[in-house]
Amino acid sequence: MTKTANWMTVCQTSDLVDNSGVCALINEQQVALFKLSVREQVQLFAISNWDPIGKANVLYRGLLTSVGETITVASPLYKQRYSLATGQCLDADEIAVRVYPIRIEQQLVQIQIDK
Amino acid sequence: MTMSAQIKSKQQTRIVVVGNGMVGHHFVEQLIQHNANVAQDGQAIHICVLSAEPRLAYDRVHLSEYFSGKTAEELALTTPQYYQQNQVEFKLDAAVVDIDKQAKTVTTVQGEVLAYDKLVLATGSFPFVPPIPGNDQAHCLVYRTIEDLEAINHAAQVSKVGVVVGGGLLGLEAANALKQAGLQTHVVEFAPQLMAVQVDEGGGRLLRSKIEALGVQVHTQKATQNIEKGDSCRYKMCFADGSNLETDMILFSAGIRPQDALARQFDIAIGERGGIKVDNYCQTSAQDIYAIGECALWNNFIFGLVAPGYTMARVAATHILGGDLSFLGADMSTKLKLMGVEVGSIGDAHARQAGALSYIYENQPQGLYKKIVVDATKQKLLGAVLVGDTSDYDTLLQYALNGIDLPEFPESLILPAGSEGKPGLGADALPSTATICSCHNVSKGDIIAAFDNGACSVGDIKSCTKASSGCGGCSALLKSVCDSELSKRGVEVKKDICEHFAYSRQELFHLVKVGHIKTFDSLLEKHGHGLGCEICKPAAASILASVWNEFILKPDHVSLQDTNDTYLGNMQKDGTYSIIPRIAGGEITPDKLIVLGQVGKKYNLYTKITGGQRIDLFGARVDQLPEIWEILINAGFETGHAYAKSLRTVKSCVGSTWCRFGVQDSVGQAIDLENRYKGLRAPHKIKFAVSGCTRECAEAQSKDIGVIATENGWNLYVCGNGGMKPRHADLFATDLDSATLVKYIDRILMFYVRTADRLQRTSVWLENLEGGLDYLKQVVIEDSLGLVEALEKQMQLVVDSYQCEWRTAIESQASRKRFRQFVNSDKVDSNIVFVQERQQIRPATEAEKQSYLQQADIKTSEVV
Ligand code: SRM
Ligand SMILES: Cc1cc2nc3c(=O)[nH]c(=O)nc-3n(C[C@H](O)[C@H](O)[C@H](O)COP(=O)(O)OP(=O)(O)OC[C@H]3O[C@@H](n4cnc5c(N)ncnc54)[C@H](O)[C@@H]3O)c2cc1C
Ligand code: SF4
Ligand code: FES
Repeated sequence: MTKTANWMTVCQTSDLVDNSGVCALINEQQVALFKLSVREQVQLFAISNWDPIGKANVLYRGLLTSVGETITVASPLYKQRYSLATGQCLDADEIAVRVYPIRIEQQLVQIQIDK
Repeated sequence: MTMSAQIKSKQQTRIVVVGNGMVGHHFVEQLIQHNANVAQDGQAIHICVLSAEPRLAYDRVHLSEYFSGKTAEELALTTPQYYQQNQVEFKLDAAVVDIDKQAKTVTTVQGEVLAYDKLVLATGSFPFVPPIPGNDQAHCLVYRTIEDLEAINHAAQVSKVGVVVGGGLLGLEAANALKQAGLQTHVVEFAPQLMAVQVDEGGGRLLRSKIEALGVQVHTQKATQNIEKGDSCRYKMCFADGSNLETDMILFSAGIRPQDALARQFDIAIGERGGIKVDNYCQTSAQDIYAIGECALWNNFIFGLVAPGYTMARVAATHILGGDLSFLGADMSTKLKLMGVEVGSIGDAHARQAGALSYIYENQPQGLYKKIVVDATKQKLLGAVLVGDTSDYDTLLQYALNGIDLPEFPESLILPAGSEGKPGLGADALPSTATICSCHNVSKGDIIAAFDNGACSVGDIKSCTKASSGCGGCSALLKSVCDSELSKRGVEVKKDICEHFAYSRQELFHLVKVGHIKTFDSLLEKHGHGLGCEICKPAAASILASVWNEFILKPDHVSLQDTNDTYLGNMQKDGTYSIIPRIAGGEITPDKLIVLGQVGKKYNLYTKITGGQRIDLFGARVDQLPEIWEILINAGFETGHAYAKSLRTVKSCVGSTWCRFGVQDSVGQAIDLENRYKGLRAPHKIKFAVSGCTRECAEAQSKDIGVIATENGWNLYVCGNGGMKPRHADLFATDLDSATLVKYIDRILMFYVRTADRLQRTSVWLENLEGGLDYLKQVVIEDSLGLVEALEKQMQLVVDSYQCEWRTAIESQASRKRFRQFVNSDKVDSNIVFVQERQQIRPATEAEKQSYLQQADIKTSEVV
């Protein structure tokens, strides 16, 4: 893993799957990476992979969905939806998961992560 | 307690209710309601209920369900606790034997004397047993109470043949009960036709042929003269025309008589042919004594249905409480399903009124008979008879009850919907006085008022008005009234599957098929908006698979699948997966068993036999799935689709090959069926079973498709369900050869795939299918929609394009890449921790994990 400023390179863009998720392990933290690709428009998101309700590392295996304008992932275990932009759980106010800044630099996927 | 309150409570009005049948109980409920409203202020009324039966009120209308498994508790309308909580005093086995009108007391059979201020007789009626010599023998029974049903059950166990005397509504229900108990069943009727009160001659003819087709023999115009000892059976019934019929038991269902013994004895006016005379307030000729329900005679008429009885209960309660409500007769229209035959009767079914004119539509091939009776000016509907299909009942009833003007061509109301289309009577056309639920007397106006007061769904309306909680006959009409009211209030009543598609599942299916749509993206582009969600994506994936059957992990489809489909396994609570290879029909070689054992051992998987006759290996990490499946596939296994909404298992019993009772090779048949339909994606999962004889060891009658061997072939059962709401499968066709069996199953399943809602099992689908089982038979056997060829073709396409998804997945490097926990590391998920229990692994609990993690240097991935 190479460090540029505090952006860390995680994988190649070809490792991502259109409209679905994969998972990366960074400093023992599991991060779910999603690639939304609608009519040539690509958006990337990175959130923690830990499902705080199901208590398992599974969020990257959830379905990508939209609720109104909000883009969400539905946990594969018990189907709660999390906003990919903010990490807020739409089905339980008091629950949110961590989100990480993500970008592509020269075909490399990078995220910002402290420590 | 203050002095004045004490005095008041002594003066509390005492109401004694004689009889705790359906109507008596409804009356008590009215008073409980009143007491709840006046609370403590001394106007509460003291209620005392005297029941001649050993239990409190139960649902007599649904009594026959006792034979299909309902218990006395489930039929109960109330409980002792409920009465106690509401200060209702009650006594069981306490028939009233004496009324002292002067002293205002009644005496029970146990000798107890109770004072009343108001006395309410709700003694119902009793079955009429014709005075035939020999009618009092041990196995000559009636059909009215739970005790009667217990006696019928006992008699049926020692009988082979049963006769029901009386071919009316109740007689046919009783015949059904005998048939279900496995007896050779006959119905003996005095009149020339069945259900002569409700149905005309034409309808009666069709009804008879339908009932005979079910194996019940009907004998009309037979007057029984004598019941003597039989030759081949227990009894012999001798008829006036010289013929006779042998039987082991007899059920009398020749009409009811009002239970007016108390009135006769204690000088309360009764009618010439019985029944306690009442006025419009349900008062009898004696002061402070009321009569309600089936014992009451109003305007020389006894009402043998529960809805008019409920109305009388409300009228009497209101009168006692000083209100003003009167009983002005009641509608006797009925709609019911007898032995699966739909029958409806409205108003002047026999066109007896002067000048009445009839329109009749009869369709013998499809077994339909419909008649409407209109007035001389053809403006108003007077009556109707429907046999075979009652879908027009609600509309016709509203025309009749509300005097709505008929359309120009009244016959269009009963003719099949052709190119013209049927002029439906929308809920909007009903006046607000229109009665929607007659059991609980709920009008359209009441429903509107409830919406005004905050109700916002059909469910709310049901709970606040009680509509549709009686006989249930009004549920379709209630729904259309609610839907129309809701949409007027700007609440959208949507069949849409979700916010992304303004279509129902059926409509989406149609769009995919007709528009040749092969991907979700193009479906969304053409017919939807947004990105899709966890509802429409898997639904679309399932529809695309049903129609085109492409590999579900093709890049176009992969992002649609529910997680179980994406990873071709069921996700467990800790994020690991289960592995269930197909073991068709439950048959497996020792070699294959050994392979399963070896895989379980090598990967340290928890191993269990499932309820579907196969073996489940639990605890595989996502990254282990491809290599495990590679081993299994090389050993000849294929995917079991345990993760998919598709065919699961075809359970079998050992059948004629080994079993000394088997009459066909059930294992062979099960394997053939499983191999034919494996991989068929459907609205929900589908389960089959095949039994080798009627002992039914494979429990086929609890499956979506059940097959039971007979001497001559196979009996096909459809739409059974275990699970949350069990349903016995319905017998669909008998003695089929294997080729016809497969043909019918092809058609039924494809029709289900095309028309069911998302996540609707076949059981619920059938129950919601208009026309029910008969309709399904028409579509599948008689090809009434001209569809069977297309259905078979569609199924063949699915069968021919079958592929083992796991084989395809492991053969493609791109698919295999999906089964990685991390894109950037070969490490495993440290949160997956197992402990040992009964010599196998299980997921560690949170507490167990904590204690492991605290042990410093353990590499958690190695903890097992
Ligand atoms: C493994 C098994 C239990 C076992 O250890 O025996 C099982 C396990 C599950 N069942 Fe089942 N059912 C299993 C046999 C049954 C049976 C018995 C049968 O098939 O003969 C029934 C009742 C029969 C029926 O379906 O009519 C059954 C009725 C259900 C239901 C209720 C369905 C219903 O219509 O009411 C669900 C929930 C659902 O599907 O929505 C369910 C759902 C599930 C799920 C998928 C729940 C979940 O989402 O995790 C379980 C996943 C299993 C897994 O991870 O592999 N399972 N389940 C059985 C697998 C059989 C197989 O070989 O494929
Ligand atoms: C099998 C069956 C199916 C039916 N199906 C339908 C249907 O589909 N739709 C419909 O509308 N109606 C149906 N009915 C009719 C419906 O059940 C009756 O209309 C309703 O039960 C009448 O209620 P009731 O309270 O007047 O009489 P009941 O329910 O008969 O209650 C009268 C009670 O009073 C008791 N009693 C009698 N004498 C005394 C006494 N001296 N002291 C104390 N207690 C006494 C009796 O034991 C009984 O418990 C059906 C009836 C049967 C039997
Ligand atoms: S019964 Fe419930 S807990 Fe048991 S396997 Fe089925 S779904 Fe799981
Ligand atoms: S009409 Fe019987 S429940 Fe509504």
